[in-house]
Amino acid sequence: MCLAVPGRVIRWIDRDPTFAQAEVEFDGVRRTCHMACVADAQEGDYVIVHAGVAISRVDEEQARLTLADLARLGELDESSEPPA
Amino acid sequence: MKHLDEFRDPKLARRLVDEIRRTVSQPRVLMEVCGGQTHSLLRHGIATELNEVVELIHGPGCPVCVTPAEAIDFAQQLALEPNVVLASFGDMLRVPGTSRSLLDVRSRGGHVKIVYSPLDAVDLARHHPDQHVVVFAVGFETTAPTTALAVLQAATLGLKNFSLLVAHVRVLPAMEALMQSPGCRVEGFLAAGHVCTVTGFDEYESFVQRHKTPVAVTGFEPLDLLNGIRECVNQLEANQCEVTNRYARSVRQEGNASAQEIVSQVYEIADTPWRGLGVILKGGYRLHGEFEAFDAALRFETILRRVDDRSNMLTVDEQGSQTGCPAGVCPSDDCRSGEVLRGLIKPVECAAFGTRCTPDSPLGAPMVSAEGACAAYFKYQRTI
Ligand code: SF4
Repeated sequence: MCLAVPGRVIRWIDRDPTFAQAEVEFDGVRRTCHMACVADAQEGDYVIVHAGVAISRVDEEQARLTLADLARLGELDESSEPPA
Repeated sequence: MKHLDEFRDPKLARRLVDEIRRTVSQPRVLMEVCGGQTHSLLRHGIATELNEVVELIHGPGCPVCVTPAEAIDFAQQLALEPNVVLASFGDMLRVPGTSRSLLDVRSRGGHVKIVYSPLDAVDLARHHPDQHVVVFAVGFETTAPTTALAVLQAATLGLKNFSLLVAHVRVLPAMEALMQSPGCRVEGFLAAGHVCTVTGFDEYESFVQRHKTPVAVTGFEPLDLLNGIRECVNQLEANQCEVTNRYARSVRQEGNASAQEIVSQVYEIADTPWRGLGVILKGGYRLHGEFEAFDAALRFETILRRVDDRSNMLTVDEQGSQTGCPAGVCPSDDCRSGEVLRGLIKPVECAAFGTRCTPDSPLGAPMVSAEGACAAYFKYQRTI
């Protein structure tokens, strides 16, 4: 129940605050998801959906920063290794 | 797949494992709170990789496992009522109540409908005005907005044939209870990423300071988990403790304001029983008075009272004969899920594990649920 996966917003269906819905694609499969908690999501954005309700919009910039951070860690490791 | 594959990069994962191993000066004990994280840690072999340096204690974060047996009994009785349909997440169906599961009840003619989302149940009620639809509202702060939204939709539509059996729980009070329980060995927490997505992490500050325990808000992919573990380990080695966000692509400090608003419109915080842990102060939600028309516990009060009486009788019987599960976790004497849920033992330490207790024939909730620790060990770690 808790393993929410990110999907891409394809198109908004309903903008009503209580009944907000959009079509969201998960690995090629499209589903209608409820969007009341991510009213600011745009088409093309990734959202995390839990029990049919989108609970967050994936922040692309933060995703990139985290990955860059981790990759740097790898580089530091390699540069600190003694030459073979 | 975007936002999954990059966070599963095996080369980076290996480097993180190496770095954690290098950093640790003594074995550390961390708890991952969420059952989804437990599964991911085992599935990707992270728990095994870090075996001697970081012990991962699995927390009570499986909503299905901590739903009290009495709530399941009540759900079963409702499903047996004429013209009532019980709408439930699929995970709940095989969890034993005091004496049987919803699946047993369904096979005897009970009306149990599996829904993917509580909002599907609103549609069900709308299209079947002759039936009363009760949603079995279980889950953490992540799920509470989905059931709260269902209530708001039902209220807007003026539905009279829709209600909730509320058994939602809140994570932080359970962490608090665990820290105060005797024998607790936890030195740091991986906080549940999707719970924090909704709640934010401001409220963890005082917890961290009071217990001098680092908390890293953590996601579910291998790099997310390793990143959270690395953060906790670094802090422990530096003798520091703070809340850090290692799942920033989904979690903002203040959380999701719209989701919080939806929850606070519909629910108020209440002391709540957890299976295996007892009543936890502020450990869950109940419906606000203005939504009492949607409260199955009030609407079907006589049925609830009948169930309560029966459960109490069973408890007395069990105590009288000195058998049964003291934590009220499951009907089997052999099942040690109370200890599993509190992180006191690993599933493999239970004598029934993998022999008398398997996912096909489970003795306790943690072996049933897709997020239960016993099921995770059975699936990924049977050789150990
Ligand atoms: S392995 Fe089965 S019997 Fe043992 S604690 Fe887990 S659920 Fe209970």
